[in-house]
Amino acid sequence: MAAILEVKNLKTYFRTERGLVKAVDGISYYVNQREVVGLVGESGCGKSVSQLSVMQLIPTPPGEIVSGEVIFDGQDLLKFKPHGNEMRAIRGAKISMVFQEPMTSLNPVLNVEQQLTETLKLHLKMDKQAAKERGIELLKLVGIPDAEDRMGDYPHQFSGGMRQRVMIAMALSCNPMIIIADEPTTSVDVTTQAQLLELMMDMVRRFSTSLVIVTHNLGVVARYANRIYVMYAGRLIESGTSKDIFGNPRHPYTIGLMKSVPRLDEPMGEKLVPIDGLPPNQIDMPPTCAFLPRCTYAVGRCKREPWPELKLIEGQHYTACYVDVRKEQNEPKK
Amino acid sequence: MPPVPEETVVSEGGEAPPRYSEWRRFIRVLVSRKVALFGVIVLILLIGIAIFADLGWMGLPGVGVAPYDPYKQDLARALEQPSAEHWLGTDPLGRDELSRIIYGSRVSLMVGIIAVGIAAGSGIALGLISGFFGGWLDAVIMRIVDAVMAIPPIALALAIAAALGGGLQNIMIAVGISLTPGFSRIMRGLVLSLKETDYVMAGRSIGASNPRIMLRYILPNAFPILIVVITVLMGAAILIEAGLSFLGIGIAPPGAAWGNMVSDGYRYLLTHPILSFAPGLCIMLVVLSFNLAGDGLRDALDPRLRGVI
Repeated sequence: MAAILEVKNLKTYFRTERGLVKAVDGISYYVNQREVVGLVGESGCGKSVSQLSVMQLIPTPPGEIVSGEVIFDGQDLLKFKPHGNEMRAIRGAKISMVFQEPMTSLNPVLNVEQQLTETLKLHLKMDKQAAKERGIELLKLVGIPDAEDRMGDYPHQFSGGMRQRVMIAMALSCNPMIIIADEPTTSVDVTTQAQLLELMMDMVRRFSTSLVIVTHNLGVVARYANRIYVMYAGRLIESGTSKDIFGNPRHPYTIGLMKSVPRLDEPMGEKLVPIDGLPPNQIDMPPTCAFLPRCTYAVGRCKREPWPELKLIEGQHYTACYVDVRKEQNEPKK
Repeated sequence: MPPVPEETVVSEGGEAPPRYSEWRRFIRVLVSRKVALFGVIVLILLIGIAIFADLGWMGLPGVGVAPYDPYKQDLARALEQPSAEHWLGTDPLGRDELSRIIYGSRVSLMVGIIAVGIAAGSGIALGLISGFFGGWLDAVIMRIVDAVMAIPPIALALAIAAALGGGLQNIMIAVGISLTPGFSRIMRGLVLSLKETDYVMAGRSIGASNPRIMLRYILPNAFPILIVVITVLMGAAILIEAGLSFLGIGIAPPGAAWGNMVSDGYRYLLTHPILSFAPGLCIMLVVLSFNLAGDGLRDALDPRLRGVI
């Protein structure tokens, strides 16, 4: 399976009054065909910004994509103008995005038919009738009952979960190669979460679309992702297959994440161990590893040398750490 | 094209909400707000009176709401008090006051609509471009707007009247120009905040172009506020026009406009107060109605209010 999207050394900085925020500080990843890739990390680590950068949706007065390449379909997307014809032809048609907040992601003054058919008319040049029929088809696909009647309804007449389904329908409408789902289930209840995820997986399987799920919810990626990237303070600190990350986490941050999440296969009564400290301020970061202040495995080398690069452990498993945490796992330093 | 599946993931429960048309909801909300309803009714009456004052435009001159010809003088019967024949009495030249008031409504309405139409058209366009693109374009446009705003409407109207001559048309242009800066600043503010919404970002993410975003995403979402602004400005336009005609710049006699009727009557305030009060009261009533109706309209048109009364 070939890589359909390759991001190389992407850096996106924001100029603020308080300084230069390095929201994304050099990440590289790839997405294969028919693959589900998870991008996890805590709030503020830069995962949403990285995806918006791929789509060139970063507001450019404060933000700026400083360097990097985004190779898609044989072309570097970053070479195109953010709102030029090339980018606009790709957005929605080849790469589409599902946003976090279904309440505010749909235009409140247009009904569902207008919003759904907008993409179809724009990219596939369908006429009104054909677009409407396809729209109804799509609504049925994502499980909205009474699809035909619902076409005339406005976003406020749908519940959160249903709005998210409409967004998913919009994302699917032109059969994109990749769907980027930015925290797609964060603002819905767990039952709806499960339904929406199953729906997305169903769509992925059916239409051979690749899916990039950005989330801070490990449970979501555990079940659905083929490969996972873990992000911290603007950089990738671990990557590998789902099995690698969950079965054999190698970076202290990933280990900390695993320990802080309750699991069904652990005995009850075991305390959850949160990671001490707070994520770093991404202005004026020191050159050393950003996780150093919170790391329980740190050694002298970590304090002297710059932030480690991702190193291969085996297979597809990479980690950005100087310490072999396997040895430490039997006697962690506290 | 992907095939239509037979079975998909079951969505969470619930039938579709009860069907009701958007029109019915619109009427329902409007009616429920009594104060706004009052405004709307007065405006409808006003429009009706203005249109049917005289059906000359339908080919039936002499027929209409106005009992007399507002231009017909009858010096023998000047300055009569209100009576059965002349409900509001007669003015210093013997013309029926009531008919003049009725005809005056036409002037006020026209000025309101056209002047605000000019202000809205240019104000929205300027505000949209300014707010959306920002940068030097915004700076340049806003400085010009500031400059125009600094000119008092009356002075501006005087200048235009001096340059182009008086008369209804030029007054409407003058009032329109003086109202444009306020409108464009409000629009610009709206655009600045609407630009940052999630759905605009979502729109960009499906590849919408800049004009599309401006016209289909930002402008319609600005309507609720714009409607209130338009109605308030109509009131303001009418007031400005009344001031202008009072000063003698606007509609010149024998034309019937509420402003110059107030001015004609002020010499007789102690003996015939009705001559100034009636038109003055009309001005107040119309401006008030525009404001009240504007509030109600905004609530009724906003799809987000979900029929909340």
